[in-house]
Amino acid sequence: MKIIALNGLLGYGYSEIGLKNAFAQNPDVIGVDAGSTDPGPYYLGSGKSFTDMGAVKRDLSLALPTAIERKISFIIGTAGGAGSAAHVAILLGILGEVAREYALSFKMATVYADVQKDYVQDKFEDGKISAMGNLVLTKESIEQSNRIVAQLSIEPVIKALDKGADVIVCGRLCDTAIYAAPAIRAGYDPGLAFHMAKIMECGSMCSEPLSASDVMLGEITQDSFTLTPMNPIRKCTVLRVAAHTMYEQTNPYYIYEPDGVIDLKNSVYEQINEKSVRVSGSVLQPASTKTLKLEGTREAGFRTISIAGINDPNTIAHVDEIFDGVKTFVAENLSHIERGDYTLRMRKYGATPSDIANGCEGNLGVVLDIVGATEEISTAVCAVARARTLHYDFEGRKSTAGNLAFAYSPSDIKMGPVYEFSIYHLCEVEDTMECARIVYGGYKNGKAY
Amino acid sequence: MAKLIDTARILRSKNAGPLYITFDIMFDTRGQLDTALKVINEKLIADLYDVAEQDVSIIPYEVVNSVKVTIPRANVSGDVLDNDIYGCQQHVKMACINI
Repeated sequence: MKIIALNGLLGYGYSEIGLKNAFAQNPDVIGVDAGSTDPGPYYLGSGKSFTDMGAVKRDLSLALPTAIERKISFIIGTAGGAGSAAHVAILLGILGEVAREYALSFKMATVYADVQKDYVQDKFEDGKISAMGNLVLTKESIEQSNRIVAQLSIEPVIKALDKGADVIVCGRLCDTAIYAAPAIRAGYDPGLAFHMAKIMECGSMCSEPLSASDVMLGEITQDSFTLTPMNPIRKCTVLRVAAHTMYEQTNPYYIYEPDGVIDLKNSVYEQINEKSVRVSGSVLQPASTKTLKLEGTREAGFRTISIAGINDPNTIAHVDEIFDGVKTFVAENLSHIERGDYTLRMRKYGATPSDIANGCEGNLGVVLDIVGATEEISTAVCAVARARTLHYDFEGRKSTAGNLAFAYSPSDIKMGPVYEFSIYHLCEVEDTMECARIVYGGYKNGKAY
Repeated sequence: MAKLIDTARILRSKNAGPLYITFDIMFDTRGQLDTALKVINEKLIADLYDVAEQDVSIIPYEVVNSVKVTIPRANVSGDVLDNDIYGCQQHVKMACINI
């Protein structure tokens, strides 16, 4: 079975020659991952995407019409960047545009991964939720969560394929499920399928030169899988493939999936030609208790920042003293704002005083970073702190006209709501489908039904 | 004695989910890896990154002459106090380890 990964993330682009070569391989499936928690909690929290929709449309438009015409299954994981219903809706909008413009006809399954708070509270009370690190779950933090999704695994994708879907748009989905599901459904070894999927899900990151923005072919057989980059400028090497296996993982020998652990202790990597690496020996140890990873966010206030440079070495030498004074001044002068209703930080970027070569000119970047309970609070604190930092006087100061070089007017930037992860926990499930909801539909000559 | 950054072919850090930072230290030869493994231990990493020793994971990955080190993040990704969402600049504290 031949499976294509368009790239590491829908909207990151890929080469046209890579796609052309991929179609020449007559693949059975084309997959693409469209999301991640790597960019932080904001995107799940806000319901927005971190990729540009024009770029997403380009990546879809080049590949989808040919895939439909040639009956190649098309699977998209973690739609819209974070995989909630709001994110799935963004992707379905773009997909609809492509379907209309090319008058496409296809059967579609949409897999939702949204989880209700009540479900999480019940699991929490039953002791079915376990921590994965330094994030503590409480009844309150569940209640405060504004959006919760489950990282679904292969089962909903397999079900959608069974139902005859040509295009499968998934909400939050384990990256590996995109590529492992069709292979496992076709009867291939799940250990090999998951290991192949883990390496492919970043596109051509396992090749030389590496790129998350290019096309990769994974071919699975009864006892091995082979990876081949589709852009002729790239090649897979044993070193790259084995090294990429451990990328972003906490353990190079085990890949943890809802269905079990992929044991890579006996994996063998072989260079079979100039461009391709064959892998064998990876084994799935099925989990006795199945788990799904839950991800949730909550609002943590509103942020306003001000960015400036300090060039005067004497000012740089006094910067901590200045900022301590500014914090005291803000607390005194904004006494109508509760001290607990904002955090005021100064982030410093650049040279320390000892790095200043000639003693005359330094370059320290500072960001005044305020998170307030409301936007009014963060904006008010930023305005006072910025003005006070600009004019703060200190012993031996010669630059009495100002301490900060602003590149921008306005100097203060409202960044809107701030979100934080409230949930990143493992949840024991009876059935890995219990957080999945599949909706079937499709397009006929570019019209949705 | 040499600095880790000069001996290692790759020295990188990356978020592994929002709760962990993982470091990949790759060498050209098995000999270099073995030399590094004599120095890189839980106490050294715990002191460098201000985490508890029992929270440090060090796993040699000999197939690519590498060692993987993983620690919990001091701040969850994107928390108000976090300063490196992708965790990809956290390796520099290891750069000057003498091996």
